[in-house]
Amino acid sequence: MGSRPPVRSREARRRWRGYVYVLPAFAFYVAFAVLPALHTAYLSLFEWDGVTLGEWVGLGNYAEILQDPILRRSVFNALVLVVFFALVPIVLGLLSAGLLARYRRPGMGAYRFLFMLPQVVPLVAVGVTWRWLYGDDGVVNQALRAVGLDSVARAWLGDFDFALIAVGLVGTWVLSGLCMMLFLSGVQKVDPSLYEAARIDGAGPVREFVSVTLPHLRGELAVAMTVTTVAALASFDIVYVTTNGGPGEQTTVPGLLVYRLAFSEGKVGLAAALAVVLSVLILGIVYLINRLSRDRT
Amino acid sequence: MKTVARSERWSGYALLTVMAIVVVIPFLSVFLASLQPAGTPVVGLTWPERWSWDNYETAWSVAGFSHLIRHSLIIAVGVVPACLVLSALAGYALGTMRLPGGNAMAAFFIAGLTIPVELIVVPLYFDLRSLGLTNSYLGVILVEIALFMPFSVFWMRTHFLSTPTSLVEAARMDGASSATILVRILLPLARPSLMTLGLLVFMWSWNQFLLVLVLIQDTTKHTAPAGLGFFVGQNSTDIPTLAAGTIIVMLPILILFVVFQRSFIAGLLQGAMKG
Repeated sequence: MGSRPPVRSREARRRWRGYVYVLPAFAFYVAFAVLPALHTAYLSLFEWDGVTLGEWVGLGNYAEILQDPILRRSVFNALVLVVFFALVPIVLGLLSAGLLARYRRPGMGAYRFLFMLPQVVPLVAVGVTWRWLYGDDGVVNQALRAVGLDSVARAWLGDFDFALIAVGLVGTWVLSGLCMMLFLSGVQKVDPSLYEAARIDGAGPVREFVSVTLPHLRGELAVAMTVTTVAALASFDIVYVTTNGGPGEQTTVPGLLVYRLAFSEGKVGLAAALAVVLSVLILGIVYLINRLSRDRT
Repeated sequence: MKTVARSERWSGYALLTVMAIVVVIPFLSVFLASLQPAGTPVVGLTWPERWSWDNYETAWSVAGFSHLIRHSLIIAVGVVPACLVLSALAGYALGTMRLPGGNAMAAFFIAGLTIPVELIVVPLYFDLRSLGLTNSYLGVILVEIALFMPFSVFWMRTHFLSTPTSLVEAARMDGASSATILVRILLPLARPSLMTLGLLVFMWSWNQFLLVLVLIQDTTKHTAPAGLGFFVGQNSTDIPTLAAGTIIVMLPILILFVVFQRSFIAGLLQGAMKG
């Protein structure tokens, strides 16, 4: 009896001792990621040029984000990019998965290799490459001229109406492969007998896709949506290199403005507020996607 | 019935093939442009009349890509081992020990997966500047370690969760300390997971742009992507040299990708699944 409490406390101490292993990782994470994130939230309540003393403005910066047309525009542009970074790649991925769902697929290795290429190279290099492809003498115009569409050819990234779409399509190029591979590997895990059963029941390819393939891809779908949406909302590298927000403010995104406001316009507080808004938007959407994908399972 | 199925299959392959061609053309285009004589105007996809590799020499020495590559390597060499060690330790404890509040701790790390660089970069600049860590590789290394820590811990925890508990228990019965169990038994088994994580972290470190742009404003200390981003603003008329520079920046990661294809692809797909 008398010996029990010490044993228990020794046991408890032993269990806590595991934190020694967690501590180094925790310290780095908190010091250089969590605390700066909180510091951003704090800075967002000040008007501060980064040099002189800041002035407390409460939620003033947030109000300015709602009112300022350029800041609002950047958030709107980011949402437009979601269409090209997330929606189009996911549709293409589903299409390929649907078309190839019922077959053993020889030669997939080569496709996997090629589709993953844009995932591994720096986005800056991707941006530089596309800047050249979209240029007056680039491949895009060359192809258009080759089929007699000379009148359509233009400097795409400088075009007021097409610049944002052009930037978006770079995202489509980067992310479609990942979506495809996610869905194709998901489809591989479907029990082939389910397709046989569906076929015996007289299901056509569309019906089969809707009732067999799609339900099995729910997890992959949530993942693809999360990854691509975050990539769209937090985009910086591609936009910075291809258009730097132009022409006008046609392709401005929040990431670009956070950088510009804080480091060239001396509006640190406003930049911080925009960063917070962006992060809340990302968090909200990620939460929503996970919620929706979990609810139905 | 059979012909319908066959046409379906071919349409699948047709789609994949069109996609593959679209993926390859930009790479091909920039590669061919890099081989045209320096300073000449280049139109789209043009086969070079004469393969002028000198653009690579120019980009490498004159445009300073040898320095840029070296700086990127310095940072990656600082980041990758630290990420592996720290996340292996944390993942071990969170994956195999029943820590009080261990799940909450794991969730705290996972929450970090959604932190975009934009959220932390502004105060980091001011904080690190006051510590004298801007324009320094150490500053970037410390931040990148923190930035990749949520994924790394998550990855290693998942790995350790999947190792059989009997292995750990048997060793504990034999009186092995927790450190011995990790070093002697679990780490050797974790080699494939560690290698994949190392490749992913190297890739993210290599590709990092915004963070470097902010923390290293001294352009002579830039990394490869930052240097390229800067170079394109300075020198957008000389397409062949710029293209050569772009290829040089891509090359290290492409070589790794070719060599470690399987781990890379599995890591990217699984990593996405876990994230």
